Amino acid sequence: MARVWKFPDAINTDDILPGKYAPFMVGDDFHRYAFHHLRPEFAEQVRPGDILAGGRNWGLGSSREYAPQALKRLGVAAIVAVSFARIHYRNLLNLGLPALDEPEIAASLRDGDQVTLDLEAGTLQRGEEIFHFHPVPEFLREALKEGSILAYYRRYQKFPGEA
Amino acid sequence: MRPQTLAEKILSRHAGRPVWAGELCVVEVDHVMVVDSIAPSVLEVLQDLRAEPRYPDRVSFVIDHAAPAVNESVAAAQRQARTYAREHGCLLFEVGRGICHQVLIEEGIVQPGKLILGSDSHSTTYGAVGAFGTGMGATDIALAAAAGRTWLKVPASLKVVLRGELGPGVGAKDLALEMIGRLGADGATYMSIEIDAGDRFSRGERMTLANLCVEAGAKAGLVLPGGEVARDYAVPEWLRPDPGAQYRATLEIDLAELSPRMSVPHQVDQVREVAGLRGRKVDQVFLGSCTNGRLEDLHAAAQVLRGRRVNPGTRLLVIPASSLVLEAAAEDGTLLTLLQAGAVLGTPGCGPCMGRHQGVLAPGEVCVSTSNRNFLGRMGSAEAEIYLASPAVAAACAVAGQIALPEDLEAVHG
Ligand code: SF4
Repeated sequence: MARVWKFPDAINTDDILPGKYAPFMVGDDFHRYAFHHLRPEFAEQVRPGDILAGGRNWGLGSSREYAPQALKRLGVAAIVAVSFARIHYRNLLNLGLPALDEPEIAASLRDGDQVTLDLEAGTLQRGEEIFHFHPVPEFLREALKEGSILAYYRRYQKFPGEA
Repeated sequence: MRPQTLAEKILSRHAGRPVWAGELCVVEVDHVMVVDSIAPSVLEVLQDLRAEPRYPDRVSFVIDHAAPAVNESVAAAQRQARTYAREHGCLLFEVGRGICHQVLIEEGIVQPGKLILGSDSHSTTYGAVGAFGTGMGATDIALAAAAGRTWLKVPASLKVVLRGELGPGVGAKDLALEMIGRLGADGATYMSIEIDAGDRFSRGERMTLANLCVEAGAKAGLVLPGGEVARDYAVPEWLRPDPGAQYRATLEIDLAELSPRMSVPHQVDQVREVAGLRGRKVDQVFLGSCTNGRLEDLHAAAQVLRGRRVNPGTRLLVIPASSLVLEAAAEDGTLLTLLQAGAVLGTPGCGPCMGRHQGVLAPGEVCVSTSNRNFLGRMGSAEAEIYLASPAVAAACAVAGQIALPEDLEAVHG
């Protein structure tokens, strides 16, 4: 079972990882400062496999990649949001952190919900309730099997689906 | 075949098959632009991939974000970019050549129908000449340089339709701000904004419009080639939206109703009429940036400043968008007019736009800027305020020492 961490609309990259805790400021431990201002307990208490639920425009602001990297290092399994800021969305997928824009599911998730996520099946289960994700495009499924789009390219020197 | 928007057309050409909004596709990239401050991260990913640029002459490095170098670490980053570009046969645009977006357009690298990626969010600017330009993070940029391709989700399009004509004293910047105000900061997220301006607007004005599209969250901002652009560029025959193409939404703007506009602190989409803001004291005016640092912008300011002086309580910083802009302004006398009015001149480049050098703001200061972002702390202190305006309004503010319109000056000075 994974825990849901619920966040409001318009979470920006400074909320996810404040600029002053960038790797070149604090060294390799930067992920310990994830959501440092917004939810100081987060980095301590989050468990690998947990899920973040967000509102509109998740990840707006700077294109800094160490923000999603911090979440990946903490073992976050997926982010479900009403919508994502575009550059951040790409950063998440390049790094292999599933970003699911699912307005209805995101809205109905509550902080502290206990859920089971099955990315392969495209489902999220909370008690008796089962939510279905829109199918993840083949392109991303292939990439995520290798870990990330970057990892896929490193291994095959091409993008998924290319001859 | 199902009708296509301009974005769908351009991306289909680059995907080698017809694609429509919502599809993921891999596309050929015509050019990849890397700015100095992102270069170290891009080079790190390339190293991690053990890859070199696939087409080195389709990769540009531009030294513009804090140039000449403002401190040692910036100097080291710039040297890294410079050395890499030379060793790998990439294009290099040195200190003082100008702002990345301006330079790529001036150099003719950006052409109608091309697909250009930049490591800078205002890469939407390339839409001014009908190219699909979009900004990406360091990993994407490195991947695109290595592969010569990238992956994209084809964006839905939002159509902007213009009616009527602009009145005197109102320009492309006012229109762009009005558009962002109406759409909101996430009103066009993931979308391509397609602006049908007919034959109106110069290339520079179209750059102002396309540049600001990203402030509504857009992936690209395409101005349908017309007027000056249609005349000066080879516009491929296929480069126009099909009748019946599907748009997510349409925004209609009546140009005749527009008046001078400003974005007020601290969001670009907080747009007001300048008339209602008169009297706010102004410490600094910045005329420059990829939004409004071109010759025509300097002309508009010079017209207001001719025969006048910058207010003693205010600084006017002029930073031309490129070396060519600077040369042209020197040649036609515009520079002299600005300097005689009391303007201070900086090296062509980004200037204080993102608060790194050449005019950083102190706590409590108010700046009127012709740039594109007024976020809290963007130009220095988080206790400073930034108002975004057109070059003519900015010049009027410099003379008045407070927020003012050009016509207010007439009233005072006769
Ligand atoms: S002028 Fe400002 S907005 Fe334009 S590229 Fe430079 S820093 Fe970015």
